[in-house]
Amino acid sequence: MADLKKWHELPIGGVIDKPATALAYKTGSWRVMRPIWHEDKCTSCMMCWLHCPDNSIVVKGGKMTGIDYEYCKGCGVCASVCPVKAIDMEPETKFLEEAE
Amino acid sequence: MVETKKLALTGAEAVANAMRQIAPDVVAAYPITPQTPIVEYFSKFVADGLVDTELIPVESEHSAMSAVVGAAAAGARAMTATSANGLALMHEIVYIAASLRLPIVMPVVNRALSGPINIHCDHSDTMAERDSGWVQFFVENAQEAYDLTLIGLKLAEHPDVQLPVMVNQDGFIISHGVEPVELLPDDMVRSFVGEREPVYSLLDVENPVTFGPLDLYDYYFEHKRQQIAAMEKVFEVFPKVVEEFEKISGRRYACVEAYRLDDAEHVMVALGSTCGTIKDVVDELREEGKKVGLLKLWMFRPFPKEQVQRYLYGRKSVVVLDRSASFGAEAPLYAEIKSALYESPTKPLIGSYIYGLGGREILPRHIRQAFEAAINGDLLADGQGYLGLRE
Amino acid sequence: MAVNLKQLAVEFEDPNKIGITSGHRLCPGCAAPMTAKMALMVAKHLGYDVVVGLATGCLEVSTTIFPYSAWSVPYIHNAFENVAATISGVETAYRALKKRGKLKREKPIKFIAFGGDGGTYDIGLQALSGAVERGHDFLYILYDNEGYMNTGNQRSGSTPPGSYTTTAPVGKKLPGKPQLKKNIVEIVAAHENVYAATATVGEPIDYMNKVEKALNFEGPSFIAVLSPCVRFWRIPNDAAVSITKLAVQSKYWPLYEVEKGVYRITKKPRSFKPIRDFLEQQGRFRALLSRPDADKVISMLQDYVDKRWERLLALEEATKDKPAR
Repeated sequence: MADLKKWHELPIGGVIDKPATALAYKTGSWRVMRPIWHEDKCTSCMMCWLHCPDNSIVVKGGKMTGIDYEYCKGCGVCASVCPVKAIDMEPETKFLEEAE
Repeated sequence: MVETKKLALTGAEAVANAMRQIAPDVVAAYPITPQTPIVEYFSKFVADGLVDTELIPVESEHSAMSAVVGAAAAGARAMTATSANGLALMHEIVYIAASLRLPIVMPVVNRALSGPINIHCDHSDTMAERDSGWVQFFVENAQEAYDLTLIGLKLAEHPDVQLPVMVNQDGFIISHGVEPVELLPDDMVRSFVGEREPVYSLLDVENPVTFGPLDLYDYYFEHKRQQIAAMEKVFEVFPKVVEEFEKISGRRYACVEAYRLDDAEHVMVALGSTCGTIKDVVDELREEGKKVGLLKLWMFRPFPKEQVQRYLYGRKSVVVLDRSASFGAEAPLYAEIKSALYESPTKPLIGSYIYGLGGREILPRHIRQAFEAAINGDLLADGQGYLGLRE
Repeated sequence: MAVNLKQLAVEFEDPNKIGITSGHRLCPGCAAPMTAKMALMVAKHLGYDVVVGLATGCLEVSTTIFPYSAWSVPYIHNAFENVAATISGVETAYRALKKRGKLKREKPIKFIAFGGDGGTYDIGLQALSGAVERGHDFLYILYDNEGYMNTGNQRSGSTPPGSYTTTAPVGKKLPGKPQLKKNIVEIVAAHENVYAATATVGEPIDYMNKVEKALNFEGPSFIAVLSPCVRFWRIPNDAAVSITKLAVQSKYWPLYEVEKGVYRITKKPRSFKPIRDFLEQQGRFRALLSRPDADKVISMLQDYVDKRWERLLALEEATKDKPAR
């Protein structure tokens, strides 16, 4: 616990005095299945973006541009709500092997 | 000092007037005997336009404290008032208010905690909150109830403190008894209490904060240590606040009041309205040549140990009166006093008496009986006696 | 407004503007953050700032583990049973400070309370009723996952019959919880001066339109969002959305709103699916379905949802243009 703050260094009242500090907590490491986006099929209907519980669908100018794997937990909701099957779910182990 | 007016007021009315003068942004309250007249008077002030506080007529004390926590977290000055079962119902949120460091001031009109149900005075309600992290004051009369409500507010909101404050007055005895009370002029109170400057506010949308996160083993302990530190700060800040109050009112407060203690050999220690009766008995006994005195505690939390030691060291005996019991253990005030005297070079004989439960009357003869036991060396060491009980 | 998804996606291209951020620790596929983010985006899109209050529960604990907060809007959690009372205090402080000129801001703030079914149907019901009766201007969003899921799947007043919970398990003798769900929308709607509705994450446009209506309603509003717990509904991580579509199609979760006593069904499926289809998709009903008396429970439930649907149609007809207040 060496890097944890001492009692007199913390804001009072248990308050978290800054917004969105959870961004420092990367939940992508939880992922067992990885969503793979196929740009050619995608119609940018935004259903995956709307539902993603971890805000991991990256959009630009109203178009989908990819998936943010830093936080994506691999739930597969994006693939399941996609009306044109532009997202496939692949096991993470596959990518481990590829990396090796 | 300016001219002030003396009115015939009940303790409840005095406190309602203190609240009117403080003019909190928000008051959330639910009626309960014997606190009811506070809410009634204050509601009337609002209805008559004498104060523009937003009143939330909540559906329970639990929601009263919950709403006040929400309002205070939003940066508002927020108050409520309660008694007994109402205080017990809000118990969980009483702790939360203190841990969120919200400077809420709450008059508590002390009443016996059920069961069986009873509407009269004792201190069992507030003693159940003594470890909640609130500052606790006890008052002897309506004037003190008024004064300590104002003092309590300024103490609570002090940047070094940021803690909630409970101002305890004895149910019916103070809340419904009419006494002469001197109210300060409204503008003087306004300038004494000033404006609240919240550390964090939910309404500061540009700087969003998170109140009340899940706090596990890696930080909870540190946050509790902060609460302990804030209580220690009370001893630094309180003297400054009471000094300022004395300048405008001429009335002096401290953590404790010493009554005829200079050469006293036998000292009684008590809280609340009973101190008035004890003073009369002390005067009588003094006339009989007995060296007796009273140590009254205005402040119970934080416990003013140093002042207690200063006044009790070297006495022959100390008699502690408790208006509540701790079943299977020593009574709350007695336990504190005894603990404070552990370091004393000469240990006085200490006696413990429980009295007045459920509004049972405490008469001068009961107090005399306890003093005489002390004078005659008949105090029960490590025992507990009862005053006014059919035995 | 009529929600335009493309427009929202442009507006919230930076996900940190939504209000609930990544980095929270809700289970993969949980519907609670969907419920929260859709509401927050609508509120902000309408030009409001938002302050949120949370009842103790999954959404609360998993988004605010000190010192990590997954909120970029002001947030307060007080306790389990009192989010409605707490937010009523915040909302009152807002009015008081504005009235006294202590809060100088043009942009209006809206107050949204989020509570699970335990904190709403059960332990928080009194505080909710009090806050609605007093007429505070706030939106209460119930994310209904039909049990005490944060503490490991105990029965609540919202758990449906036969759903496996640890405190009303399907045993050798008993077929699980015998009681039907409490009808929370009717309870809230009975306060009359309120906007109350059902919604679900599987029908997001319907839900977001209701959020808009609720926020623009003067006074208290309430939306009960069927919000699956993938873990204890024993459904796949990706199934929260599809199962709630089925809930609507099977009349299990009819979509409607009650505005000051006037009923309106917001989605009328052309054809319905049997309740059995909805139950069979979920592991929490597996123990029930394997019992010899399963048909009895299923037909009781089918009968209930059929009658409720007929009743809703009748209420819609009967209350048309007849607001209670």
